[in-house]
Amino acid sequence: MIEVRGLTKKFGAVTAVDGLTLRVERGEVFGLVGPDGAGKTTVMRMLCTLVAPTSGEARVAGFDVTREVDQVKDRIGYMAQRFGLYGDLTVAENMRFYADLFGVEGEAALTEQLLEMTRMAPFRDRYAAQLSGGMKQKLALMCTLLHKPEILFLDEPTNGVDPVSRRDFWVILRRLVDGGLTVFLTTAYLDEAERCGRVGLMHGGRLIRVDTPAGLKQALPEACIEVRCGDPRAARALLRGMDGIASADLTGSALHVFVRPGGPDEEAVRAYLAGRGISDAQARRILPSLEDVFIATIRGEAAVHAG
Amino acid sequence: MRRTRAIARKELLHIARDPRSLIMALALPMVMLVMFGYALSLDVDQIPAVIYDQDGTAESRALWDGFRGSRYFTIVRHVDGYAQAESDLERGAALAALVIPRGFGAKLVAGERAPVQLILDGTDSNTASIALSYARGLILAHSGRVQTEWRLRSGAGEVPPPVDAQIRVAYNSELKSKNYIVPGLIAVILMIIAALLTSLAIAREWENGTMEELLSTPVRPAELVLGKLSAYFLLGAVDMVTAVLAGVVIFGVPMRGSTWLLFLSGGVFLFGALCWGLLLSAITRNQLQAYQLGLLSSFLPAFLLSGFVYAVDSMPLLPRAVSAAVPARYFVSLLKGVFLKGVGLEVLAVELGLLAVYALVVFALVTRKLREKIA
Amino acid sequence: MRAEPAVVIENLVKRFGSFVAVDHVSLEVARGEIFGFLGPNGAGKSTTIRILCGLLAPTSGRAVVQGFDAGSQPELVKAHIGYMSQRFSLYNDLTVEENIEFFSGVYGVAPERREDRKAYALRMAGLEGHRGVMTGLLAGGWKQRLALGCAILHEPPVIFLDEPTSGVDPVARRAFWDLIHDLSDAGQTVFVTTHHMDEAEYCHRAALMYRGRVIALGAPAELKAELKDDAATMEDVFVRLIERENAADTGHRA
Repeated sequence: MIEVRGLTKKFGAVTAVDGLTLRVERGEVFGLVGPDGAGKTTVMRMLCTLVAPTSGEARVAGFDVTREVDQVKDRIGYMAQRFGLYGDLTVAENMRFYADLFGVEGEAALTEQLLEMTRMAPFRDRYAAQLSGGMKQKLALMCTLLHKPEILFLDEPTNGVDPVSRRDFWVILRRLVDGGLTVFLTTAYLDEAERCGRVGLMHGGRLIRVDTPAGLKQALPEACIEVRCGDPRAARALLRGMDGIASADLTGSALHVFVRPGGPDEEAVRAYLAGRGISDAQARRILPSLEDVFIATIRGEAAVHAG
Repeated sequence: MRRTRAIARKELLHIARDPRSLIMALALPMVMLVMFGYALSLDVDQIPAVIYDQDGTAESRALWDGFRGSRYFTIVRHVDGYAQAESDLERGAALAALVIPRGFGAKLVAGERAPVQLILDGTDSNTASIALSYARGLILAHSGRVQTEWRLRSGAGEVPPPVDAQIRVAYNSELKSKNYIVPGLIAVILMIIAALLTSLAIAREWENGTMEELLSTPVRPAELVLGKLSAYFLLGAVDMVTAVLAGVVIFGVPMRGSTWLLFLSGGVFLFGALCWGLLLSAITRNQLQAYQLGLLSSFLPAFLLSGFVYAVDSMPLLPRAVSAAVPARYFVSLLKGVFLKGVGLEVLAVELGLLAVYALVVFALVTRKLREKIA
Repeated sequence: MRAEPAVVIENLVKRFGSFVAVDHVSLEVARGEIFGFLGPNGAGKSTTIRILCGLLAPTSGRAVVQGFDAGSQPELVKAHIGYMSQRFSLYNDLTVEENIEFFSGVYGVAPERREDRKAYALRMAGLEGHRGVMTGLLAGGWKQRLALGCAILHEPPVIFLDEPTSGVDPVARRAFWDLIHDLSDAGQTVFVTTHHMDEAEYCHRAALMYRGRVIALGAPAELKAELKDDAATMEDVFVRLIERENAADTGHRA
């Protein structure tokens, strides 16, 4: 559905996207993850024909994003970070507007169907400005679905939305994907990335890893040990001095310790801490979260570049 | 077509949902027309004047009676000396003082030249020169009457004008500058309103983040421009009709030519002016900047270079050259031609053609600007 | 002797017209505590924080910060707090150093302390080598740390951070929370709002705000314990709590 080869975008001297190559199949949910300024939004905008690539090639739904702009636009739905809704228009008016732009036939029935699916029917006459964040997000989604696109592009779709609305949003997305839709999204929430079929990690304009969430976790050479104790910051300071430890980071109240291959196991870590005055430590081997993977991978990248 | 209609409908909804801007857009032209119409008026009447009649004869009274009876002057009071007259002028209580010297009546009766003195407050040179012409006119008229009487009484043939014969002003008793000002004003107002209405229209979409979404839909730049344009064209047309009606009804400007031609050229001009606002909006992507640029770029040239205040023919070379690129200049000619001279396309075709060229060029520029990508 | 709490809120209400932004909120924050104020956008978090900072008058109820009433003594409150707003109010057209100097002046830092505090802020933000850089050119994470540095130049005992981690990537977020713990270790009270539910884990205690009301309050472990599910994330906890709240709401209306 999406084929990208050597895609590059330069803004003056800054290379925002650097030689990106990627394939996304029909029916996939693909998440592009990376820190601010990694180039995620620029990639998405190029795929949606909003930004012209400096070099390289990208085909979306079989059409070239620079030469067959109109064909691409007819087949994609794009939900921008700020949702692109008109606050002074009602829910129904916003939908009608986008239906007209896409030349949708039988829009009335389709609108009803979408309102039902998202449970937004009672709010059809409310101004978009007066909707909660979650409802705005649903409305924006509906507006991008009216013309039955083959691919949905979502730029940070659930930023700042409450957890329940986020979960509802994903339920709707799942249903759409089961119906054959392909979804390409960017997100800064790594727990959201866990819901994607495959994830691409972007850093400094380059795609550094592409895999399933589970694959990414397993590919990490370091083992992850979670340490809980009364004074995790003191424990962190100690562990950072221990041989075989790649990193020790505070994630919430627990410490996530990355151990190099052949380094200490959880028992050794516990004993090391006990021997240095921290006797209440519990250590256990855990599967790292995507956030851990992300941070470890970026740290590895940074080290490679520094060296 | 459906996409253009969708844009136009959405734009009309925006307009309807924002009553304050709507009222502004509809009331502003009226307010401007009335304000400028009066403020810029070259007609001056009810000029406060004092009379210093040293003579005190029937003849002198007849002269200042003429002033009192005229609507151009209001006699504030009679004074008994120069000092009083001057102090009135200094305080601004009067703008003119008519001094009739002793012996005025006797000289008139004797058939000699009888001088009178008019002192004017020259701070407002415009008003002063107008007052001067009024006064001259009144004095000349009086002079004529005296001459006729003299002739009747003496039976003599040619006689020199008895009162200040050096006055040679062809006084136009029907001088009404509003006839010239109002048509020009309509052009200026339409230009400002049109540019301001649309200057926000595209910048707002950029600022709200909706532009990105719009650009990802199959809507073509020309459809976007035409859709937005048609919504604002409706507003502009209402403004044009009210301005013309106000000109005719409030200011009594005669409408001598074809209404059809008037509104046709108005439509063409409006199209270009609206496109100009859209262009600024598309370039700046920022509402405040677009608004300021819109105001500046519409108001100044339309006001100064359109031939509305300063005649194009009497401009120095550079401003005259620049004025050739100001569409309001051609619209002002069209309006004056249609309103006052009642001429038709046979005379005004060039102006109308140039307006159409301007409109199409700016339209092409906006469309091209919008074809550009986000970055 | 137990120290007086840093923040006391009693039955706080804020209405905007008919809209109730803050609906009878009561809570206390101990000195030196990291208190998380969580909830989706529009839940009333920022309104509460603005009332506590003396920027907004409450409709009713009481908000006390460091012993001063935020409603009636806003000037005294302001002298004892640091506030970092959502948009990191830094001047993009001033350099890093000029921003620090400006805020030093605004907060009335004693002249003899200024160099010291400037050095501290630069060190904390990790911008020691970049003092002459135009602030507008900094990436999100650096800007965020500089904003925090500027907000605490006057060594306030209580610090209010409004969505400090919004729009900042995970690496910068972890680093930022580390800074917050440093402040807490030094005895400063930190009151922080966020819409990232998982960040509750970094706090000593957290409150979940939803539609103007606090629907849960406690240490992260206590909040999780309610779910009796070891693998539960903070997000799961909050989904469950919000659903319960919504169900109660519908029941109430029916």
